[in-house]
Amino acid sequence: MTEGNDTGKRGWPLWEVFVRARRGLAHQHVGSLHAPDATMAVRNARDVYTRRGEGVSIWVVPSSAIVANSPDEKDPFFDPAQDKVYRHPTFYDVPEGVKHL
Amino acid sequence: MSGVRTLPPLAAYSLALGDDALILAQRLGEWVAHAPQIEEDVALANIALDLLGQARTLLGYAAAVEGRGRDEDDLAYLRDDRDFRNVQLVEIPNGDFAVTMARQLVFSAYQYELYTALGSSGDATLAGLAGKAVKEVAYHRDHATQWVLRLGDGTEVSHARMQAGLDQVWPYAAELFDPVDPASRLPGVAADPATLRPAWEQYVTSVLNEGTLTKPEPRWRSRGGRDGLHTEHLGHLLAEMQHLHRSHPGATW
Repeated sequence: MTEGNDTGKRGWPLWEVFVRARRGLAHQHVGSLHAPDATMAVRNARDVYTRRGEGVSIWVVPSSAIVANSPDEKDPFFDPAQDKVYRHPTFYDVPEGVKHL
Repeated sequence: MSGVRTLPPLAAYSLALGDDALILAQRLGEWVAHAPQIEEDVALANIALDLLGQARTLLGYAAAVEGRGRDEDDLAYLRDDRDFRNVQLVEIPNGDFAVTMARQLVFSAYQYELYTALGSSGDATLAGLAGKAVKEVAYHRDHATQWVLRLGDGTEVSHARMQAGLDQVWPYAAELFDPVDPASRLPGVAADPATLRPAWEQYVTSVLNEGTLTKPEPRWRSRGGRDGLHTEHLGHLLAEMQHLHRSHPGATW
């Protein structure tokens, strides 16, 4: 059992669920759920997020283990990126016929 | 409705297995919106739908083998309780979550051995169903196992309730391994229930030991489900399950 995790009203901690849709792709965050421990979290994730054949691999992470930036830091974090157009690859022409870019 | 006794052995066998799956699917469906957590709602509904899928194949096959123009819906919705061939285990009320998990452990461990054996059945339909269903049932068995372990080896309260659940369910376990008349007349096709017991026993015993639980030694045991003798609970279950179809015959989505 994870200590200090967020717990639901019945005392089950919250888990973030990541699913890989198929080989070669990265795991993507699909949502969260409650489970008493990691083993059950994987099983619950299987039932909640992959019952229509959505995945081949599941990761679960205690929500409390996620470190996020604060909304207050939004401006210093992200504003400086807004006016640096030269960081975008838009200043050269892509030759005809080049694939997989 | 014509009696089940006149069915060809293969139809009767398919019907018995299908009725087990159908009735347990209906019971598990009762948990939806009532499980301890919404995640368990989804898990139990998933298991119920797996069982319903198995029931559809088995009842459909029973109807086809019978060859009198009935279909899976006729068998599911238009028989009365004395014509159902399920074991009593699957019809008993859900009780609390521990009772349901005890029943799930007993039944899914049985079904796992059953479908493993039927995988090499001489009947292509049964072998095909078993090959697919054994994967579903492996998950059902794992789900029940996880819960029996956690409740058994959890708190004092959860241990007591898990043990009580086992005590309540165990008298119905032996019936799963009774000789089934049609099975004995289908060598190479059906699985002899008695041969499934050792592996079942070994599995559930290891789970109970690991969960610090005691295997119950009941002083009575259920009998007769395969002959159409049922508890009082089946009639109520059927009333709910069959009501819509009987009130609006032929209704579709």
